[in-house]
Amino acid sequence: MDFAELVRGFPELTTTGLVQGAIYALIALGYTLVYGVLRLINFAHSEVFMIGTFGAIWTWAAFGLNSNSGAPSVGRALLVIALAIVAAALLSGSVALLIEVTAYRPLRRRNAPPLAFLITAIGASYALMELMGTLTRRRQVGSPALLPTDTLFSIGGWSVTPVQMLTLSVAIVMMVGLDWFVNRTRFGKGIRAVAQDANTAALMGVNKSRVIALVFVLGGLMAGVAAVFSDMKSGNTRYNIGFLLGLKAFSAAVLGGIGNLRGAAIGGVLLGLVENYGSALFGSQWRDLIAFVVLIVLLMFRPTGLLGESLGRARA
Amino acid sequence: MTALRERWHSASSAIGRRVDGLPKSARITGLLAFVAFLYVLPNKWFYEYLNIPGLWIPLYTTRNDMAAVLFYCAWIVLLSLGLNVVVGYAGLLDLGFFGFFAVGAYTVALLTSPESKLITEYNWLESPWPWLVTIPIAIALALLSGVLIGAPTLRLRGDYLAIVTLGFAEMIRIIAKNQDWILNGDRGIPQVAHPPGKYPDGTAIFQFEFKPYYWLLLTVIIGAVFLIRNLANSRVGRAWVAIREDEDAAELMGVPTFRFKLWAFAIGAAVGGLSGTLWAGQANFVNSSTFSLENSILVLAAVLLGGAGSIGGAILGGFLVIYIPEWLRSVGDVFGLPETATVFGNDFDVSPTSLRYFIFGILLIIVMIFRPQGLWPNRRRAAELQDRQKEVAVVE
Repeated sequence: MDFAELVRGFPELTTTGLVQGAIYALIALGYTLVYGVLRLINFAHSEVFMIGTFGAIWTWAAFGLNSNSGAPSVGRALLVIALAIVAAALLSGSVALLIEVTAYRPLRRRNAPPLAFLITAIGASYALMELMGTLTRRRQVGSPALLPTDTLFSIGGWSVTPVQMLTLSVAIVMMVGLDWFVNRTRFGKGIRAVAQDANTAALMGVNKSRVIALVFVLGGLMAGVAAVFSDMKSGNTRYNIGFLLGLKAFSAAVLGGIGNLRGAAIGGVLLGLVENYGSALFGSQWRDLIAFVVLIVLLMFRPTGLLGESLGRARA
Repeated sequence: MTALRERWHSASSAIGRRVDGLPKSARITGLLAFVAFLYVLPNKWFYEYLNIPGLWIPLYTTRNDMAAVLFYCAWIVLLSLGLNVVVGYAGLLDLGFFGFFAVGAYTVALLTSPESKLITEYNWLESPWPWLVTIPIAIALALLSGVLIGAPTLRLRGDYLAIVTLGFAEMIRIIAKNQDWILNGDRGIPQVAHPPGKYPDGTAIFQFEFKPYYWLLLTVIIGAVFLIRNLANSRVGRAWVAIREDEDAAELMGVPTFRFKLWAFAIGAAVGGLSGTLWAGQANFVNSSTFSLENSILVLAAVLLGGAGSIGGAILGGFLVIYIPEWLRSVGDVFGLPETATVFGNDFDVSPTSLRYFIFGILLIIVMIFRPQGLWPNRRRAAELQDRQKEVAVVE
């Protein structure tokens, strides 16, 4: 127990925790959207994220930027980051759609038992991970240094780097945008209707298949955005990166109440913060343990997560 | 496509009916012959003649010792038999099965290794115990940990149970990886005892060769199959099926659901622990890397691929999830497939050896699309699913 370390590093731990939490939250949204509509744990979502990390790195490589090249000017850097976000989001979104069409839709058409979906998810996850492993020769791929690493601004003891600032602001924009989309638009109404009662929604003229596909694409877009920032934060990626991050993000989704969008966002940020404080307190080798301890203790007292599960039920 | 599927269904059910129609003596003879075949299987002189006639595709593995592959198959088969009780009979989704495996393996390692800290640092033991004595202790501890983890968590349902069991198994793994007081962290515990037994000429039977371990495991599996089968046909088994089909209705009918769920969980854990003891005896070394979540997921895939709730399905699934990837390693040699492909001037390793889990993943999807109930489902469960299929999906 190292309280001195926690107190001394508190501002820094909070910023890095928020950034990590924002990445968890963006991935968790994909789990929670699919769960809210289909009551299905989409285990292949971690690979959707993983492919997004490569999508971003390939985009940068197309501009001649790799881990050895020098930092470009700030304007150019922001431009390539924006392009990478678009490319990674599109790639992840289409992979998520591919998974839904090939691995889940045929089973739904046959009214298969829920556990069969779990196996096709595992199968899709294996296939995607191994495919990328072969394409990248199972090596770690570095991402270029795009933004300067010095402090952008600091208030009191709190200093923020450009990457952290960018991650947090884009994540907030994406989350607010998604919340608006689900709660305020016509498409969002369809999603909530299917989440509430799929068959009744279909009888009312909602195209169930299209709504489900839309949900997968939305989750994929979020994972793609998270992937870009994960690249910039850790500086590299690997074909099996999705596993642990996916697991944490899924825990975050359950923490907030799976099927609940705001819950996933809160759960992700909370998990990032608690992990950081905990690893300062107990030592960084226990970082991964803390996530699961928090999850289990919380589920003992609130069996449906912090905010409870509701995509359709609230504000229907 | 549909016609083809229906033909296949009618053909397979016709075979099933014919097997059922055989007199009991014939069925038992057939079963015994199959068991004998399994015992002979790891011998090279035997399996090298097992080819698909006409095609000459060896069913044995050319890149890896067949006895080793069979040992790993048997290992996963035993685990999937244990998990089948939890997932298949009682319908509890357990994603952390390897946690109990870890309990069994570490118990054996701590008690039998001369390097164990119980001996070298804490002096709790005078000398390492023999392997055989530690087995009941390991099974009892695994059972106990099943009860301890199950008691608070089994009140959760469905997916929440899955994530909590997953969390517990990961916690066991991370603790085993990081702590240094007893389990030696990542360095692990070496020199775990082998099972006892000597050939007439005085050399030990159980050393590093896989064949005797495969035979031992096969014998244990046969015992486990009898136990689980009898359990499933008893009052306990009927209670499990009732819980799986409708937990609330079972509770209303007077089935003490929580107690039976806990039983299923604990029995599964005990089988997992037993598998851990056998594995530790072969590997001679235990550290946390075997207990990864990937392995728990593989066992779950085995149970569901074979068909949840059926013993034959669990055995078939457990065999296939190890055997298919291992066999794919050797397919390239047989057909002379290229090892690398050049795309835009870059060489990629496209040999079936490196793509084997890619192919395996695709196979999992295809099998589940065409047989969502599993390859060899339990008849009652298959009927439950048939009912589901008849329910009309409104729009798709």
